[in-house]
Amino acid sequence: MPASEAAQVVETIFFNLASTVTDGVASARMLKRSYADRWRPLPTRKEAILAESDTPAEPTRRDFLLHAAGAFGVVGVAAAAWPFIDQMNPDASTRALASVEVDISGVKPGQAVTIMWRGKPVVIRNRTEKEVEEGKAVKLEDLKDPLARNANGDANADATDANRAAAGKENILVMTKVCTHLGCIPLDESGEFGGWFCPCHGSQYDTAGRIRKGPAPENLPIPPYAFISDSKIRIG
Amino acid sequence: MSGHSTYVPKTALGKWFEARLPVVRLLHDTAVSYPTPRNLNALWTFGGILAMMLVVQIVTGIVLAMHYAADSTVAFRSVESIMRDVNWGWLIRYLHANGASMFFIAVYVHIFRGLYYGSYKPPREILWILGVIIYLLMMAAAFMGYVLPWGQMSFWGATVITNFFTALPIVGQPIQTLLIGGFSVDNATLNRFFSLHYLLPFLIAGVVVLHVWALHVVGQNNPLGIDVKSDKDTVPFTPYATSKDLMWIVLFMIFYGWFVFYQPNFLGHPDNYIEANPLATPAHIVPEWYFLPFYAILRAIDFNLGPIDSKLGGVLAMFGAIAVLAFLPWLDTSKVRSGRFRPIFKVAFWLFGLNALFLGFLGSVKTDDIIMGFQAVVWAKLSTLYYFLYFLVILPVLGYIEKPKPLPVSINDAILAKSAPSSVH
Ligand code: HEM
Ligand code: FES
Repeated sequence: MPASEAAQVVETIFFNLASTVTDGVASARMLKRSYADRWRPLPTRKEAILAESDTPAEPTRRDFLLHAAGAFGVVGVAAAAWPFIDQMNPDASTRALASVEVDISGVKPGQAVTIMWRGKPVVIRNRTEKEVEEGKAVKLEDLKDPLARNANGDANADATDANRAAAGKENILVMTKVCTHLGCIPLDESGEFGGWFCPCHGSQYDTAGRIRKGPAPENLPIPPYAFISDSKIRIG
Repeated sequence: MSGHSTYVPKTALGKWFEARLPVVRLLHDTAVSYPTPRNLNALWTFGGILAMMLVVQIVTGIVLAMHYAADSTVAFRSVESIMRDVNWGWLIRYLHANGASMFFIAVYVHIFRGLYYGSYKPPREILWILGVIIYLLMMAAAFMGYVLPWGQMSFWGATVITNFFTALPIVGQPIQTLLIGGFSVDNATLNRFFSLHYLLPFLIAGVVVLHVWALHVVGQNNPLGIDVKSDKDTVPFTPYATSKDLMWIVLFMIFYGWFVFYQPNFLGHPDNYIEANPLATPAHIVPEWYFLPFYAILRAIDFNLGPIDSKLGGVLAMFGAIAVLAFLPWLDTSKVRSGRFRPIFKVAFWLFGLNALFLGFLGSVKTDDIIMGFQAVVWAKLSTLYYFLYFLVILPVLGYIEKPKPLPVSINDAILAKSAPSSVH
């Protein structure tokens, strides 16, 4: 939209705002002037000005200008404040989300790699058979958070071990390793459930990264990722 | 209390000034002729101590800012170079870091003084609420200051505390992103925290002016908690209060100096001498000691309560523990101010004090440590319960069921009765 057109739109909005305010003020004044008038239909703005014709017309016009200026001011301050608030949001370099590729051929069962993606650690764990079995053995009703929290699947999927692990590779688990309580990094291979333990306030996650105990409300989230070859994963 | 001003300019310059800007009169009325109750005890000197500590923090802070670099790649090193290379840098940094702790010791004494002697009751509600605001600003300033050295505790403290906001439904995540300026705590966070850390102490100074103004409108409370009735009940601020304040400031400085020169790292955490590492959370993270009771309350809520999950519940309880202070003037229903005349209140109050210390201890241990046969988190739940019971049940109810002891007629009477034992009834 060309600048002049935009200016016109803005002007119209301001004018409408301003007259809404002044109309309100005029009707309020009418109400106050005569109590009996309350039961008659409220005069329009035009009638109100006419009814006031015994008093000089200027005050009304001056009022109008005053309120118009006020409304301009309020909107103007809000518009000027926005850049000062929004500057605090992530800047362009932070927003540019790169995706990362990881080679996991060297990650043997029972090992894990942690890489950084969007400033957060993502763990890729090659789970042992025992860990997978433990993950599968857990009953859904024992889970604090029943949802899979897997960005690659259905948002309402159950938090079964299969829905958390990589599709077709039940030993591979890819998770954002940021505690869902207050953002600490849980420690690998620790805690009562053999999965992850968060040192900050004691949240315990099982071998499928599901929250089992402690203050954290949700399972560790699974970021969007894809296998680009048998041993290479792209995250993001 | 803000009676007629007694200031009379004596010199020609004084008169010339007085006619143009009567600021000397203002200072004279505030710090010289101001009538103070004559029975104030040492606990009343902590206001002066707090004012001094604010000045100390501002002066040492401005000097530190001359050598500090708020950039995540060099911040840690710049603090180390303040410690090793800058002339007297070690002294100034230790004064600042320990100064924050001293500031909080003083403010806790000041707050508990008010809690015991009922200084929050009418007509001092606004005075009290301004105090709560100062306390909140102090916590924000100290939290952001602690992030600046960019050590492990700095980084993870910043992560945990800014994550509090993610507990709020829907708006939480955007607010947190806005606060830290990214998807995790990083350089953007450090920079803005430095900017705000510089600003907040000056905001505090502004609120302190309002706090003192409100104080001088309603007058000081005193250990008896009764109103000043006549001139016999008061003495002028100078020399009486000034000299007493100064004496206690000196004693406090000795205490402060002992930490700075002999135990400068006692109140800090060794992990903060390890540079921030976004990939590894330290095995046991704890906030600075002055936040520990609130930290214990946060961790106590590890259960869901209806629609409120454990995370939001913990954050609400923690903020609630501070917010409840602002409502105290209306929660305490007793007409008697001073705890001296309230036999049941006294017990509840001292229990509250012990409970607050215990919460602090619980905040410093791991949640599953065994304390007196139970997990720390179990104790934390009980302690949190008592914390809120005190404000929300005990104080409102006590006002109705407690029979206070008889109050003295006036401050002067009470003092005379004390100094002449024969006339004690
Ligand atoms: C309400 C008053 C203040 C409080 C409670 C406070 C608190 C703190 C705390 C707790 C630290 C961390 C100390 C450490 O462990 O290293 C700190 C650091 C710092 N503060 Fe302040 N501060 C205050 C006022 C100021 C002011 C007015 C400035 C002026 C710019 C300032 C500048 C700094 C700087 C540059 C650092 C980083 C150097 C360091 O870590 O020692 N502070 N502050
Ligand atoms: S951040 Fe993990 S338990 Fe609080």
